[in-house]
Amino acid sequence: MISRRNFIKLSGGAIAVGSLAACAGGLSGKGAGGKVVVIGGGTGGATAAKYLRMFDPTIEVTLIEANPTYHTCYMSNEVLSGERTMDSIAFGYDGLRQRGVRVVHDLVTGIDPIGRVVTTKGGDKFAYDRAIVSPGIDFKWAAIEGHSPEVANTIPHAWKAGSQTVLLRNQLTAMKDGGTVVIAPPSGAYRCPPGPYERASQIAHYLKKHKPKSKVLILDSGDKFAKQGLFMQGWKRMYGYGTDKSLIEWVSAAQGGKVEGVDAKNMRVQAAVESFKADVINIIPPQKAGKLAFDAGLTEGDWCPINKKTFESKIHPNIHVLGDASNAAGMPKSGYSANVQAKVCAMAVRDLLAGREPGFPSYQNTCYSIVGDDYGISVSVVYSFDEEKNQIIAVKGAGGVTPKEATLEDLRREMHYAHGWYANITNDIFG
Amino acid sequence: MNSKIVLRNIVLAGGVALSSTAWAATPSGEMLGATCAACHGTNGSSVGILPSLASTPASYFVDSMKGFKSGTRKATVMDRVAKGYSDEEIQLMGDFFEAQKVVPMKQKFESVKASQGKKLHDKYCEKCHEDGGRKPDEGGVLAGQSMIYLTFSMADFLSGDREMDKKMKRKVDELLEESDKAGIDALIHFYGSQQ
Ligand SMILES: Cc1cc2nc3c(=O)[nH]c(=O)nc-3n(C[C@H](O)[C@H](O)[C@H](O)COP(=O)(O)OP(=O)(O)OC[C@H]3O[C@@H](n4cnc5c(N)ncnc54)[C@H](O)[C@@H]3O)c2cc1C
Ligand code: HEC
Ligand code: HEC
Repeated sequence: MISRRNFIKLSGGAIAVGSLAACAGGLSGKGAGGKVVVIGGGTGGATAAKYLRMFDPTIEVTLIEANPTYHTCYMSNEVLSGERTMDSIAFGYDGLRQRGVRVVHDLVTGIDPIGRVVTTKGGDKFAYDRAIVSPGIDFKWAAIEGHSPEVANTIPHAWKAGSQTVLLRNQLTAMKDGGTVVIAPPSGAYRCPPGPYERASQIAHYLKKHKPKSKVLILDSGDKFAKQGLFMQGWKRMYGYGTDKSLIEWVSAAQGGKVEGVDAKNMRVQAAVESFKADVINIIPPQKAGKLAFDAGLTEGDWCPINKKTFESKIHPNIHVLGDASNAAGMPKSGYSANVQAKVCAMAVRDLLAGREPGFPSYQNTCYSIVGDDYGISVSVVYSFDEEKNQIIAVKGAGGVTPKEATLEDLRREMHYAHGWYANITNDIFG
Repeated sequence: MNSKIVLRNIVLAGGVALSSTAWAATPSGEMLGATCAACHGTNGSSVGILPSLASTPASYFVDSMKGFKSGTRKATVMDRVAKGYSDEEIQLMGDFFEAQKVVPMKQKFESVKASQGKKLHDKYCEKCHEDGGRKPDEGGVLAGQSMIYLTFSMADFLSGDREMDKKMKRKVDELLEESDKAGIDALIHFYGSQQ
C-alpha cells in the first residue's frame, strides 16, 4: 500500500484534482452485476430487493417469499379497533416485479453457505453471490406453560399480521359488554416495543365506543415500557386511566403481572401471583429470530450476529441478515428499522459486488403510536456507527419522544403524520 | 478549493485507507436521504400527509433543517430528527434532494375551490412561487404537496408560530383582506389540484 505522503507526491496537487473527476466517475460508475437472492419479502427483504435494483439495475435480484400477500403489522392495531380493514394493510409484489425483481413464492428450507445455494420446499435451487435474509420472528412457546402454536388458534398473538389479526378482531367484536381483554406483552427483545401499549389503546378506543363496561387488562412482564409517560397521559385523557372506571388497567411485573401459563379451555391466565379469568386473551409470547435463521446456522443465542456496517453475518460470509432477526442492538426491532437497515445493507452489497469498500452508514428509527381519535405520539432516534466497536449508536443531543407538553393540535398532527408515514413506508417497500 | 479539501479528495479518489476516519465517517447524501424515505417518500416524493423533499432547492432545505435544529421553526418531530445531523450532512442531503425530480401527490381536491385558488395565486403568490407553485424556489415546491401539510404550514404562518418572509406576509395580509381564510383554503386546493 502506498502511504498518504507518497501518494500525494505521486499525483501532485493540481493534477490530482483533475484526475479526481475521472476517478470518482470510475468509483460510482457502471454496475458490476452479480446475483443476489433475498429471502423473506416482509419489511426488510422487500425494501432490500427494491433498493438493490434502484441502486444498480445490473444486479440480478430474486426475492423468495412464502406468501403472495403481506399484511403489515403496523396499523394492524387499527384493524383491531375497527378503524381500518384488512385489505388496507395488505400488499402484493407487482411493484417489485415492475422494478425487475424476480419474485418467487416458496418456502426456503435451507442455505448452503459454502456452495452458495438456497433450497426451497418446492425443490428449487437458487445460486447467489450474496444472499440477504430477513425472515422476521418466531415465538418461544415453551416460555408460557400450556401454550403452543395450536393453542394460538384460540389464544391469538396477532404479532404476525394476517389470520391472527382477524381472529383477535372477531373475538373482540363477539365479546359481551363488561368483558375483560387480557394483553400480555413479552419479556426479552421483541418486535415493536410500543406495540402492545398501542394495541391496548386501540382496543380501549373500540370498547369506549361499543362496550364501555369492558376493560383491557395489561399483565406485563416488565416494570416500565416504551413511551410510558405519554401513553398514560393519553389513557388518562381518553380512557379514564387511574379511576375505577378506567378502560385500561396495567399490572407491572413487580405487581405480579408476568404471565407464566395459560389455560385455554377455561380462559384463564396464570400470572406470577394470581390467576385471571378473561373473555379475550392476547398473549404475545417471547421472541427469537425466524426459523430459517436457525436452520441456516445464522444465530447466536436468539438472534443473528452481524457486522452492523454491512449486515453481513458474523458466522457465514456472503449472507446478510437484517430486520427483526438480526442483532442490530442500538436499534429497536421495528418496521422503520428494518426498512433503513435494508438500505444500508443494499448499498453495502452493491459496493461489495463491485469490489469497493462500502460507504459509511446512517440509520434512523421513528415509531408512531395512535393512542385514540386525533391523538398520535412518537419516538424518534438518529443513529451513527462506531466502526471500532461494531456498534450502532444514538447521536447525542438528537431524538426523543413527543414532549409531554405537546398541544392537542400537535398530537392531532402526529396522528395525521402517522398515517402519512404509513402511506410512505409501504410505498417505499412495495411500490 | 483550499488545500485541506484537495487533500481529502485525493485520499477519497485513491481509496487509500487512512487510520484517521474523518472522511470515512461521513455518509453519502444518497445514504442519508434514503433514511428519510419512510416519512418523506422514496427519493423524497411523498404519497402521504407529509411534505415532499424532492426538487427542493438545497438553500431552502438547509434553512429548514437549521431552523428545526435550532428550534426557530415549529415542528412535531423534525426538531428531534434534525439535531442528529452535522451541517455538512445537511448540505449533502440538500444536494441529494435537489437533484431528485418531485412526483406530485395524488389527492382529492374540489375543482371550484382550485380555480378560485388559481386566481388568488396569480394575484398574490406567483411572484415568488412561480409557475403556479411548480417551480422549485425559496419556499420549496408548493404544487403537488400534501394539502393537509400545506394547511398546517399556513396555520403556523398565520398564528405566528412560524415566521413568515416579510414580503410574503404583506401579500398574505392583502389576500386575507380580500377573501379571509376561505382564500387560503382555495389556494391549498389549487396547489393540491396540480398532479
Ligand atoms: C402490532 C404491531 C405493530 C407494529 N407497529 C409498528 C410501527 O408502528 N412502526 C414500526 O416501525 N414497526 C412496527 N411493528 C414492527 C414491524 O412489523 C416489524 O419490526 C417488521 O415487520 C420487521 O421486518 P422483518 O423484515 O424483519 O420481518 P417481517 O416483516 O415479518 O418479514 C418476514 C417475511 O419473511 C417471510 N419468511 C420467513 N421465513 C421464510 C422462509 N423460510 N421462506 C420464505 N419466506 C419466509 C415471511 O413470510 C415474512 O413475509 C409492529 C409490529 C406489530 C406486531
Ligand atoms: C417520523 C417522520 C419523519 C422523519 C423520519 C423525517 N421527517 Fe422531515 N418532516 C416530518 C414532519 C412531520 C414534517 C413537518 C414538520 C413537523 O411537524 O415536524 C417534516 C418536515 C420536513 C422538512 C420541511 C419541508 C418543507 O417543505 O418545508 C424538511 C426539509 C424535512 N422534513 C427533512 C427531513 C430529512 C432530511 C429527514 C431525514 C434525515 C427527515 N425529514 C425525516 C416528518 C419526518
Ligand atoms: C415575496 C416572496 C413571497 C410571496 C409573495 C409569497 N411567498 Fe410563500 N414563501 C416565501 C418564502 C421565502 C418562503 C420560505 C419561508 C421559510 O423559510 O420558512 C415561503 C414559504 C411558503 C410556504 C411554506 C412551504 C412549506 O413547505 O412549508 C407556503 C405554504 C407559502 N409560502 C405559501 C404562499 C402563498 C399562499 C402565497 C400567496 C398568498 C405566498 N406564499 C406568497 C416567499 C413568498
